[in-house]
Amino acid sequence: MIEVSSDAVPKLPRGVRLRRDEVRNEWLLLAPERVLKPDPIAVAVLERCDGVRTVTAIVDDLATAYAAPRETIETDVKKMLADLQAKRVLDLE
Amino acid sequence: MNDMTVPNPSTATRVPPPAPLGMLAELTHRCPLSCPYCSNPVDLEKRSLELDTETWKRVFSEAAAMGVLHLHLSGGEPTARKDIVELTAHAVKVGLYTNLITSGIGVTYDKLKELADAGLDHVQLSIQDALPDNADRIAGLKGAHEKKRVLAGQVLELGLPLTINAVIHRANIENIEALVNMALEFGARRVEIAHSQYYGWALENRNMLMPTREQVMAAAATVERLREELQGKLVIDAVVPDYYARLPKPCVGGWGKQSLNVTPQGKVLPCHAAETIPHLVFDYVTEKSLSEIWEHGSAFEAYRGTSWMKEPCTSCPRKEIDFGGCRCQALAITGDPANADPACSLSPFHAKITSLALKAADSGKTDYVYRSFGGVDGRPKVQITRNNGAPA
Repeated sequence: MIEVSSDAVPKLPRGVRLRRDEVRNEWLLLAPERVLKPDPIAVAVLERCDGVRTVTAIVDDLATAYAAPRETIETDVKKMLADLQAKRVLDLE
Repeated sequence: MNDMTVPNPSTATRVPPPAPLGMLAELTHRCPLSCPYCSNPVDLEKRSLELDTETWKRVFSEAAAMGVLHLHLSGGEPTARKDIVELTAHAVKVGLYTNLITSGIGVTYDKLKELADAGLDHVQLSIQDALPDNADRIAGLKGAHEKKRVLAGQVLELGLPLTINAVIHRANIENIEALVNMALEFGARRVEIAHSQYYGWALENRNMLMPTREQVMAAAATVERLREELQGKLVIDAVVPDYYARLPKPCVGGWGKQSLNVTPQGKVLPCHAAETIPHLVFDYVTEKSLSEIWEHGSAFEAYRGTSWMKEPCTSCPRKEIDFGGCRCQALAITGDPANADPACSLSPFHAKITSLALKAADSGKTDYVYRSFGGVDGRPKVQITRNNGAPA
């Protein structure tokens, strides 16, 4: 798995969609032949993967929004992004 | 055989099945290719019977409302439908994730652009082999492979994500690494290495398609190695060959549990091959709503859950994991669709499936029965050659 740089700009590529499923009442990440179920924290991260914000900006934003230690958030976010990149459902630019 | 118990509506507290995740819409059985492993039924449905545009749109709306997430626009060749752009746009509008499963033949750049503009999410393109001549021979169409290469370039140019699907069998199993490299070269994010499953046309061609056990083992090792090497570059999904397996595949993720198929004329099936089970009765989208068919249709109820099972499945700790394997394969090889899939080592018919595989792999037969309208009989047979050009 790759090391995610703080300057990287994560983005959901075309063909990957984060959506609210009203039938099942949950958030889903839809990808080719895949349905992933992000937990509320993952949803908060994915909503910020807009192709504009850097990893640093996303982590800062989450640390403020959730009043949580920045270091823990950074580790978790980078791990999650690396995992999604390995599955090719997230691009890092 | 399978005795179905009819619940008494006055007393039964019937829990509706969970919504399906995926729907395969076989928009048409027309296809420019004639692949001998096609999963379509041997009796292909004619163009004159195909559902009209409005009916397909209604079905897509019903699918979205009941919770279907992925819509696979398939066939045959789905772009053979003149209304493919209108159908795709409608599916997008109602919130379905749209996946175009195409042979890549006959798809113009303009058509592809219209599909991309309509909001198509993903393209899955089949390739038959890494060696163009062999690929064309398998597809039954000269020049097909080159057209696919061109289409892949256009898919990328339009910014659409691409998956390459390669059905694996005796004539290309030794080229898996080259196939995966070709998927990379084509710019795919994902490749399916799908070992041929023996239903429909593939069952007719089993003697010509079956690899040897050694080839299957080597193929599995190659896929494992490539997966490791290409992590983060290319996702490799494998559909495993089950004639040499010890555990059965959880066919379609469980009967009537995750997915459904709609045929060109609107027949709703729990799986591709369900029509081979003679006592099942199928409903049509022209007569009932999709949700009514999914929840109450007798063909879906027949093997849903575990109550239809017999031993060795009934007492098996894996019965909720693999659901007894595949009903159609149980029928084809043991004569009873309620038996355990003979791919399971606990099946009393397990030795039979192994011996069928070994015999088929060793048959020396090379004449494909190519897919065509009008069924198997009287089909022209074409000699194929091995990858190196020598007679197979």
